[in-house]
Amino acid sequence: MVQGLSRLKESASQTAGPYVHIGLTPNFVGISGVYERDLGAAMVADKTKGERIRVNIRVIDGAGSPLKDALVEIWQADAAGIYNSPSDLRGSADPNFTGWGRLPTDMTTGECMFETIKPGRVPFFDGRKMAPHLTVWIVARGINIGLHTRMYFGDEETANAEDPVLMRIEQRERVSTLVAPRDGDIYKFDIHLQGMNETVFFDI
Amino acid sequence: MTKSRFPANRTPEIGAFFQRDRNWHPPAFTPAYKTSVLRSPQRPLLSLDNTLSELTGPVFGHNILGELDNDLIYNFAGPGESAIGPRILVYGRVLDERGIGVAGALLEIWQANAGGRYRHKKETYLAPLDPNFGGCGRTITGEDGSYCFRTVQPGPYPWPNGPNDWRPAHIHFSIFGHGFAQRLITQMYFEGDPMIWRCPIVRTINDRRAIEGLTAALDMEATMPMDARAYKFDIVLRGRRSTPFENRIEGS
Repeated sequence: MVQGLSRLKESASQTAGPYVHIGLTPNFVGISGVYERDLGAAMVADKTKGERIRVNIRVIDGAGSPLKDALVEIWQADAAGIYNSPSDLRGSADPNFTGWGRLPTDMTTGECMFETIKPGRVPFFDGRKMAPHLTVWIVARGINIGLHTRMYFGDEETANAEDPVLMRIEQRERVSTLVAPRDGDIYKFDIHLQGMNETVFFDI
Repeated sequence: MTKSRFPANRTPEIGAFFQRDRNWHPPAFTPAYKTSVLRSPQRPLLSLDNTLSELTGPVFGHNILGELDNDLIYNFAGPGESAIGPRILVYGRVLDERGIGVAGALLEIWQANAGGRYRHKKETYLAPLDPNFGGCGRTITGEDGSYCFRTVQPGPYPWPNGPNDWRPAHIHFSIFGHGFAQRLITQMYFEGDPMIWRCPIVRTINDRRAIEGLTAALDMEATMPMDARAYKFDIVLRGRRSTPFENRIEGS
């Protein structure tokens, strides 16, 4: 026998289910008076630095229907590429930007629209710069464990071409599943859970 | 959301997270839980070493919390009223896989009322709403990772999957750790509930020990006398590597 490592196992995931809104966006489903506002619904304040953008996200199932009961979270750096987190030791992030947002998809259209700023570039673990991106996390009824992906920006062709994460994708035609085209100030990001256009999801 | 609530003597951790044990978690495709069939990615996940985008995560300060946020018996109730149902405390710690308490973790919970009815426009179960029960609560863990809620024990309810599928009584938990890679949503079940092992959602998990890890223990030493029984529910988030030696690539 040898000494034990005495580590614990991570709590197993379970689906967020159809009523995730009650817990995470109660005001969205008319449960008012408990929390003043839904956390993460507003990301940008007047003083937030950076280019204002909007990000339209849909999550589409294997039959081609947008999920009308999904919950989407995004996490991003500030305009200078610094995360507002104690684990980012490179400097102080914009105090007027948390970098985190959370929205339910619309119960009729299946869309959600984040109003945020375009993030700066953040280094990969070997020091190379990653292209600007949003980290995206999706939960819903029927999703047993939250899905991690990234959204890159369609007007950052040069940066995207040298992004160390995108370069890791073996099937090059799948890179485009992570790149949202720009139309005015709106980036449109369709996330496909299955099918020919299945989005690249990460085990991180 | 400021960094200042972290004690000055605690150095933020920056090590990569232990990899997720995908055999311990439920797989994406679980046909007995029908909704997963069209919502499960079919291609392999792309394995990615943690970058700053996953090592970091949002910080939530206690200033977001209202006085009754962790008391579901009263946080939606009218003046002088309270929610109906068996009164319970749900308490425990948020730990990481090293056994270290996770301080400052935001916990958000939601649940059905004592009759098994959710307050949601998409909910159609015939059990009545409780006018004094909303069904949401939240708190932030203390320095040792501890937390506590007071609520009513939710009821089981039927759901449209198989013709006679019922959910065991459960409370949904959403947990933020210190890094976005630790983000987790799960459900808490109650010791002794015979419905647990019949549930297609519970059974998306293949390892019995992982299900037991989601089952809260009745703790008669932690009750509020003449008020509420207590269930202990510890939550474990991914651990992270310590970084005793720096391993830098030349030139970076």
